[in-house]
Amino acid sequence: MSALGNIMKKELKEVLTPATIAPIIFMAILFGSLGNAIGGIEEELQQAPVIGFINGDEGSFSPLIASIINNRSEVVFQSNTMSDKEQALKKINEKDGLALIYIPSNFSENILNDSNGNIEVYWIMKGAGILDSISSEVVEGILYSINYEISKKLVEKNESVNASIALNPSRRIDTTYFKEQIFTGLSPSTIVGILSSQSTLIPLIIMMIIMMSGGTVITSMALEKENKTLETLLTLPVKRVNIVIGKIAASALVGLLLAVIYMFGYSYFMQSIQFGSAAQTSGIDLALSTQDFILMGVLLFVTLLSALSLCMLLGTMAKNFKSAQTLTFPIILMALFPYFITMFKDFDTIPTALQALLFAIPFSHPMMATRSLIFHDYTFVIAGIIYVTIFAAVTISIVVWIFKTDKLLTGSSLARKLMKFKKKKTKGE
Amino acid sequence: MESSAVKVENLIKRFGKTEAVKGISFTVSKGEIFGLIGPNGAGKTTTLRVVSTLLQIDDGSVDILGYDVANQSDTVRKFISYLPEDAGAYKNLTGRSYLTFISNFFKAEKKQEFIQKGIEIAQLKERIDDRVDTYSKGMMRRLLVGRALMTDPQLAILDEPTSGLDVLNAQEIRKIIKDSVKNGTAILLSSHNMLEVEYLCDRIALISKGLIIEEGKPKDLMKKYNAVNIEEVFTKVVK
Repeated sequence: MSALGNIMKKELKEVLTPATIAPIIFMAILFGSLGNAIGGIEEELQQAPVIGFINGDEGSFSPLIASIINNRSEVVFQSNTMSDKEQALKKINEKDGLALIYIPSNFSENILNDSNGNIEVYWIMKGAGILDSISSEVVEGILYSINYEISKKLVEKNESVNASIALNPSRRIDTTYFKEQIFTGLSPSTIVGILSSQSTLIPLIIMMIIMMSGGTVITSMALEKENKTLETLLTLPVKRVNIVIGKIAASALVGLLLAVIYMFGYSYFMQSIQFGSAAQTSGIDLALSTQDFILMGVLLFVTLLSALSLCMLLGTMAKNFKSAQTLTFPIILMALFPYFITMFKDFDTIPTALQALLFAIPFSHPMMATRSLIFHDYTFVIAGIIYVTIFAAVTISIVVWIFKTDKLLTGSSLARKLMKFKKKKTKGE
Repeated sequence: MESSAVKVENLIKRFGKTEAVKGISFTVSKGEIFGLIGPNGAGKTTTLRVVSTLLQIDDGSVDILGYDVANQSDTVRKFISYLPEDAGAYKNLTGRSYLTFISNFFKAEKKQEFIQKGIEIAQLKERIDDRVDTYSKGMMRRLLVGRALMTDPQLAILDEPTSGLDVLNAQEIRKIIKDSVKNGTAILLSSHNMLEVEYLCDRIALISKGLIIEEGKPKDLMKKYNAVNIEEVFTKVVK
């Protein structure tokens, strides 16, 4: 074998270890299954949307509108009087529908008299993730077709309306029902847009903090072992619990400092963008209150504690700096997983198994909290705080127990068995 | 009042199915230097790690100054000081700040006294204020011996205290160890260096395959085996 080949073989053997390959394979499988679980977008777009239709108009455009709606959607409730609105919304909700379209009695007349014809759309919003509003885009497409076909008809028949009405005859009036709240003047896609601007930054901040301070804890444990200082530390007159808490608290303080800096930047960001003109004109407050910020701060702190205690647990397995770097991977994965899920889907719209998994990962909670706080869903946030606190307490207890046993210095029996197996394998080679 | 500093009785320590220490017993009196000598893998370090509260006892008992290591490890740690064979210090600290860090775990009123003693033992002169990662192996070992003995422990557990050191550094450290028992500190040490053991230890125990196969004063053992030095005793006993 040539010198170059020899070196390459040695390097590949060093780099391509089960510890480096397994997480990549796991991640690929995870994101593959994640795609299946939250996917089906194409199918959703091809399916006729489930809607309700109240046509109060008897004018010349009424048959055209009815024809477009009936051809391109699954109408589960049809009527011609707005007094049926509540009944219609109930039926649509039962059928997991998207919206109720109402054409008022003067729709055609208004257009022919040089005014926009109003189309009232009552949206039933399911979730605030990017993918949750995909199906509402289909309904938006139908509404666009109505506008286009009426415009075409006006031009073809050479009706005497002014150009702007001829080009854009209908005007949409949106009302969205979401989490027991009514948003007048906002469609689901607008709300998702507004929320995305607020709720994508928080998960990013959390990911960064967890990765930075988590990595610090794991590395600190690894360095104690690599620099041979751990044994001395463990024989000093200090309780094991103080060693564990001391290490976690120092990293938590660093993490908290980072969080405070980021939160300042974040609140400035929120103040400066004010969620766009749509939210302002609707007169709806989609901002976080001081109380919300406090809850968010508490949640961030306990999440940081749980992350650090988990890192400490992983750090007890680290033998040196190199292995510490590998051990940060599960933490990164645990932060990435809820980041992607919450970006695309709302907690309420994902399958139950995925909901359970998302809830079980402590890092998910602050990522989901912004939306919950905006919609005043305090129960979910407080449940998250309680769960994450318990998670942190249990993990810290496990770490303290490990510190009190031989396992910190001698490794677990499983690790010893793996080591023996590796040695046998090497001998066999 | 407890007369022995260490009392080990039928100590057994297992790692999985491997029995590293197979039921050894020995005592170390106050102010005595007791050496455990034996080949690699004999169980010396394991024994020292059990005595220093790092490893749990599978069977038997270990008492330090009358305190049970298994159940009173927090109390035991107040009286002992352990120097592992390949110990290190925090690389981003200076020698002085490392000694300060250690002294912070002890009584506040003794803190300055301990630091000063540590500096004296380490004999690093102006280099005490340099970062630890700039130290040579000998300087590092002297700092660690200073750290181990500065707190006036009632029991110092030293694993291969002169391991890897040149003759001059090793001699200095032996002298420091010999001096430290004058104030009543008991020392339990392990070593491969038979001459060192002969020079330092009041009593020794020869350990092989997890068992103590001979124990006594170096001179008595040499007489018993008609040997000129402990190395010869060791060879005769182990064979």
